[in-house]
Amino acid sequence: MINKEVSSVAEAVADILDGATVMIGGFGEAGSPIELIHALIDQGATNLTVVNNNTGTGEVGLAALIKAGRVSTMVCSYPRSANSKVFPELYRSGHTALELVPQGTLAERIRAGGAGIPAFYTPTAVGTPLGEGVERRTFDDRDYLLVRGLTADVALIKGRAADRHGNVVYNKTARNFSPLMAMAAKTTIVQAASVVPIGELDPEVVVTPGIFVHRVVAVPNPGHEAELVAAGVSYP
Amino acid sequence: MAQRCALDIQNGSYVNLGIGIPERVAAYVPQGREVIYHTENGMLGMGPPPEPGTGDPELINAGKQQVTANPGAAYFHHADSFAMIRGGHLDVCVLGALQVSERGDLANWSTGAPDAIPAVGGAMDLVAGVKTVYVITQHTTRDGEPKLVESCTFPLTGLGVVDRIYTDLAVIDVVEAGFQVVELSPGVSFESVQERTGAKLIPGGTDGS
Repeated sequence: MINKEVSSVAEAVADILDGATVMIGGFGEAGSPIELIHALIDQGATNLTVVNNNTGTGEVGLAALIKAGRVSTMVCSYPRSANSKVFPELYRSGHTALELVPQGTLAERIRAGGAGIPAFYTPTAVGTPLGEGVERRTFDDRDYLLVRGLTADVALIKGRAADRHGNVVYNKTARNFSPLMAMAAKTTIVQAASVVPIGELDPEVVVTPGIFVHRVVAVPNPGHEAELVAAGVSYP
Repeated sequence: MAQRCALDIQNGSYVNLGIGIPERVAAYVPQGREVIYHTENGMLGMGPPPEPGTGDPELINAGKQQVTANPGAAYFHHADSFAMIRGGHLDVCVLGALQVSERGDLANWSTGAPDAIPAVGGAMDLVAGVKTVYVITQHTTRDGEPKLVESCTFPLTGLGVVDRIYTDLAVIDVVEAGFQVVELSPGVSFESVQERTGAKLIPGGTDGS
């Protein structure tokens, strides 16, 4: 029998190594797997390269991981937001480096990485500072940049529901990068608000097929970042 | 500006509105036109903000504000969302600007200040792929410096990408020869707009400008 369900978030993240590249799903708080991130803080892995669109807010979830000093490099498109205080400080002090990638290029790099495509050409960022020094080629009179696919050791994903095979469905705009990251990581770990019996998810609506998922853990009442930040919560 | 821009949003179009003033365009699209709004974090058919207390923190727009889903909406992941953008499937995007050059170059993501945290989001993808790119901006900076210039001094978002600019003074098209005035705001003269513009304006408005 295939059973990818594990019993706790601690067990789910137990083998993540120092120096790992970790993709974390979410756009802002939508889809952010806060409980898995907190388990990773408790677990202690450090010198991580983290791929996420943003850098978290307040002092919970991704921002807490950065604040704990565990992230040596952030790969993201938009590391600024109203409540993002932690990353700017560690970036300016030189503790955390930044690889800035346009949002669509970031998404496609992750998709390509998961699809076995080592590099591709994109028109995005031609003629801008982010295109400087990047290999170029002209197709049909238009210039394109060659960018690399992106893979990871681990992906941390939040779903609405999953089953023991690892099939996942998401909640509204919480889907964002997660299906791509699930494809691009060697070990994809999903926290789901409910883990349902096999056969309950309609095959027509499964978004991430289980082949891309390695561990599933039930987190029945996941926290919401904005609520935690508003309540002044700081993790740990 | 948002109101004037809304008149140019055609029935049946797929539209992405940038954060800030561009978002306000939706409120002014003339009745009778059905427009489908795209938000690059993963939805077509975005609706207005929810009634207080009814929102879902996982139903948000690109500005990370809670929104609603209109009947007929669809959710999708980021690679699909940016395939819509980069693949030329969206009809219009409306963005803000720091500077626009007379060749249509846009600078809107960074002032290049050495202590700033660089952040780009989806702006470079939008201008690279969306069929028609509209810019809404004040005609000058708070200090009175022109934002419409011969050549941008701020870091670029895209080269030759802007089609039309809506300012507080005029509507201006970017054409082969440069900035062409389409329309002047009420009570504004061509000369006064020229004075506040960092490049030569071409007359050509249907209202005599």
